[in-house]
Amino acid sequence: MALSADTDFKTRLQTWLPKLVLSPSLALVLVFVYGFILFSVYLSFTDSRLLPSFGWVGWENYSKLWRLSHWETSLTNMGIFAALYIGICTALGLSLAIFLDQKIRGEGFIRTIYLYPMALSFIVTGTAWKWFLDPGIGLENVMQSWGWTSFEFDWIKNRDFAIYTVVLAAVWQTSGFVMAMFLAGLRGIDNEILKAAQMDGASNWNLYRRIIIPQLRPAFLSAFVILSHLAIKTFDLVIALTGGGPGRATELPATFMYSYTFSRNQMGIGAASATIMLMTIAAIMIPYLYAELREKK
Amino acid sequence: MSVATQDTAIRTGRVTRTLIYLVLVLFALFYMLPLYVMVVNSVKPLEEITGGGMMNLPVVFTLEPWAKAWSSAQIGVEPTGLSPYFWNSIKMVVPAVAISTVLGALNGYVLTKWRFKYDTIVFGLILFACFIPFQIVLIPMAKMLGLMGLAGTTWGLVLVHVVYGVGFTTLYFRNYYAVFPTELIRAAQIDGAGFFQIFWRILLPSSGPIAVVSIIWQFTNIWNDFLFGASFAGAGSQPMTVALNNLVQASHGVKEYNVHFAGAILAALPTLLVYIVAGRYFVRGLMAGSVKG
Amino acid sequence: MRSLLKMNTALALALSVTAGAATADGHGGVEVLHWWTSGGEAAALNVLKDDLEGQGIGWTDMPVAGGGGEQAMTVLRARVTAGNAPTAVQGLGFDIIDWADQGALANLNDVAAAEGWDDVIPAALQRFAKVNGQWVSAPVNVHSTNWVWANKAVLDANGIAVPETWEDFVAALGTLSAAGVTPIAHGGQAWQEATVFDAVAMSVLGPDGYKAAFIDLDSETLGSDGMKEAFDRMGVIRANVDDNFSGRDWNLATAMVINGEAGFQMMGDWAKGEFLNAGKVPGEDFLCFRFPGTSAQVTFNADQFMMFDQGGAVSAEQAALATAILSPSFQSAFNVVKGSVPARTDVSDEAFDDCGKKGMADLSAAASSGNLFGSMAHGHANPASVKNAIYDVVTAHFNGEYDSETAVQELVDAVEIAQ
Repeated sequence: MALSADTDFKTRLQTWLPKLVLSPSLALVLVFVYGFILFSVYLSFTDSRLLPSFGWVGWENYSKLWRLSHWETSLTNMGIFAALYIGICTALGLSLAIFLDQKIRGEGFIRTIYLYPMALSFIVTGTAWKWFLDPGIGLENVMQSWGWTSFEFDWIKNRDFAIYTVVLAAVWQTSGFVMAMFLAGLRGIDNEILKAAQMDGASNWNLYRRIIIPQLRPAFLSAFVILSHLAIKTFDLVIALTGGGPGRATELPATFMYSYTFSRNQMGIGAASATIMLMTIAAIMIPYLYAELREKK
Repeated sequence: MSVATQDTAIRTGRVTRTLIYLVLVLFALFYMLPLYVMVVNSVKPLEEITGGGMMNLPVVFTLEPWAKAWSSAQIGVEPTGLSPYFWNSIKMVVPAVAISTVLGALNGYVLTKWRFKYDTIVFGLILFACFIPFQIVLIPMAKMLGLMGLAGTTWGLVLVHVVYGVGFTTLYFRNYYAVFPTELIRAAQIDGAGFFQIFWRILLPSSGPIAVVSIIWQFTNIWNDFLFGASFAGAGSQPMTVALNNLVQASHGVKEYNVHFAGAILAALPTLLVYIVAGRYFVRGLMAGSVKG
Repeated sequence: MRSLLKMNTALALALSVTAGAATADGHGGVEVLHWWTSGGEAAALNVLKDDLEGQGIGWTDMPVAGGGGEQAMTVLRARVTAGNAPTAVQGLGFDIIDWADQGALANLNDVAAAEGWDDVIPAALQRFAKVNGQWVSAPVNVHSTNWVWANKAVLDANGIAVPETWEDFVAALGTLSAAGVTPIAHGGQAWQEATVFDAVAMSVLGPDGYKAAFIDLDSETLGSDGMKEAFDRMGVIRANVDDNFSGRDWNLATAMVINGEAGFQMMGDWAKGEFLNAGKVPGEDFLCFRFPGTSAQVTFNADQFMMFDQGGAVSAEQAALATAILSPSFQSAFNVVKGSVPARTDVSDEAFDDCGKKGMADLSAAASSGNLFGSMAHGHANPASVKNAIYDVVTAHFNGEYDSETAVQELVDAVEIAQ
């Protein structure tokens, strides 16, 4: 860089050192991520079943995939799930962050309570959630035993509503984390601007709408990246809560892909679904990354 | 990072404040609910649980389920409890978190302070790696681990977790170092400080907040991982989540829910502790780094 | 540079650890991948472990529970791909054939010949243990799946005799329903619905139709009126389960029968263990009988231990393990605990309870009269891809997504896509 004109060995090492330090990570990622993605795309064109095999079958796996009604179910579910999950987490996280930013007594304590679900996996909380949502022993039963006999909450048993219980549990897990991201953003806002605007007689509502929320743009974007990555990877949650049921009503692309690759010995179709998933992720993330990284230059 | 303690200048009235407290407390109850169910039912005898009333406090208080989950529950052929697996997890998590955090810090340092042509593309490539669904890497990863002679070992698992965690740690450190004044680096260069000296003396001492974020993130993800742990661990290195799964998923026989809940909390205790102890620094770290794009 | 050095040390350390582990596993022991982690099963498996340890053979335990072995099968795939297959792996039905076709399993013919397996193991079961003339795995037990479990007190109180025909059964369901008892305890998971469907289809289609539909995958039979009738009967069953069935584990459904909340449960013989654990006595507190209309047939699934090829030969430890698994004493001891019946037909039924004795008698009768069939629901009639495709249709129909007509069409389609 600045000193690269010098031919002294030590200085030359200094110029190469940064790239040398970066190279192991890059190499790992190239092999273990991009290499594997290429491998998986290749598998989607083969007759792989139990284990990878390399007989070329062209687009057959893709045409089979689109004939499967529950692949469509899982895509629809992904749409519903991702939209609600990202939407609710963002709205709830922002609201809670704004509330928590009002010089609240015991803020640290409340924040810890909001954040802790992120520490637990659904292998840990799955049974508790399953109980809670089960009308026989959970919320419905408790409410009825407390005297509210007409109370009904049986979504998890209803194939039209079960996906919303998955959203509920997912929101429980991450909304506190999103709250923390927005809270951090709020704390970074310059108070002088706010004071000036207050002097001009702006209401709190207008302050938030016009000045504060627009300044949270980086936090919105970070939240979007984290949430969409979690939405796409949602797997344990469905397995723990509904096992994909009732019927196949809460199947998501990740569970679909896993079941075809590993339970059904149709690795080719599993790889085809993985390829479609990856392309969808790329279609959403690459423009975002491009915009984000370009701005910095 | 003096802004960390800054409060908002917004002023609110008494009624609004009461409403705000009400909402905050209601949501606190919502977030506590599953943990409450787990804790309460882990200290009840089994008859009390099967008798119904999952929200009720225990009539008879017992710690026996905890003792059983830790040291005598059936995990495999022998009733070992979760304790041996706890140490397997520790042996895997500590090096994996350390290595991925160190790599992330160095990468972030290079990507922001030693910029070169195409560095954003390199960063983009590393970042996109965060989004790969783990289910598709199982088979090729198994092949690679086999070729490297790491199949069925703790170090194999460490490698896997470093590979799929380095994208996140690089992201955190890069964003954090991006706002670090580059003039300080230049001045040190002129004084003749080398690459590692600058990192060690100038950047590292102020990396506390973001290191906390990176460590919390990695620790939780790796500790909670089941899929890799189940697939790539050997008989002697199965992590805690696999053992918990064996305990909870046993398909035949009486389901000892109290033992299951106690085991689940035990398995979650380290990550819970990390959040409770370090949670305070977490918001501070997030604030200093990742949200300031 | 320091951290790079550290990494190198770490890598070197890692390599030496692997080398150590490999030698520890390679000699003088067996590594067993299985999903029997519940108290009774693990205790039964411990008998095997002690037996081997008595012969100086170490046992390295690799338990992975979940999904009735699905999780363990995923792990197995990773292990085989890594070139690090366990010595012995619990396996079921077509999974064993698939692994044998990959050439991954050892040839146990010498052990089989010495122990006379060909003579004592039923032919229908041999189909899954002896692939292309080569013994590749050691069967532990035979479960049969077309059982109905009933609470005797509930039946007596409502004047219900053991139903012999579908019509009797429907009448009994009506009586229970009128009496305010849940007629059928059921857990709404795809495999449980398929288990019921297995028995229903057998009773409607008969043994020949069952074979044509699920083993030969004949599309005409799959799309026949008989199949529609089978789906209609599933509808009747659906109407007689409680509202809260979805997602329930099978043993919780069994508990409903034990507690008298429900009258019947259709489930494999592993349900018996739940009754026995609760201190119930067969014939006095609970009844076991074949699903109405299938009294002469047995649909089965069998747990086995596949032996993975260890460098081209059967290791002495594998041979010892296989011999121990098929020894009459282990077969008896294990199956008394597990609720299943021995895989070999020459084991004394002395130690078994009434339901166990009946199971053993039914098995040998069905085996000799050609009425012993692999269970579709449990991966012993067709490969995993087809099995799961049938699950999809059966569970969608049971949950009200398809009517019987659509279900039959979907069944034909789904089986075709999956092949």
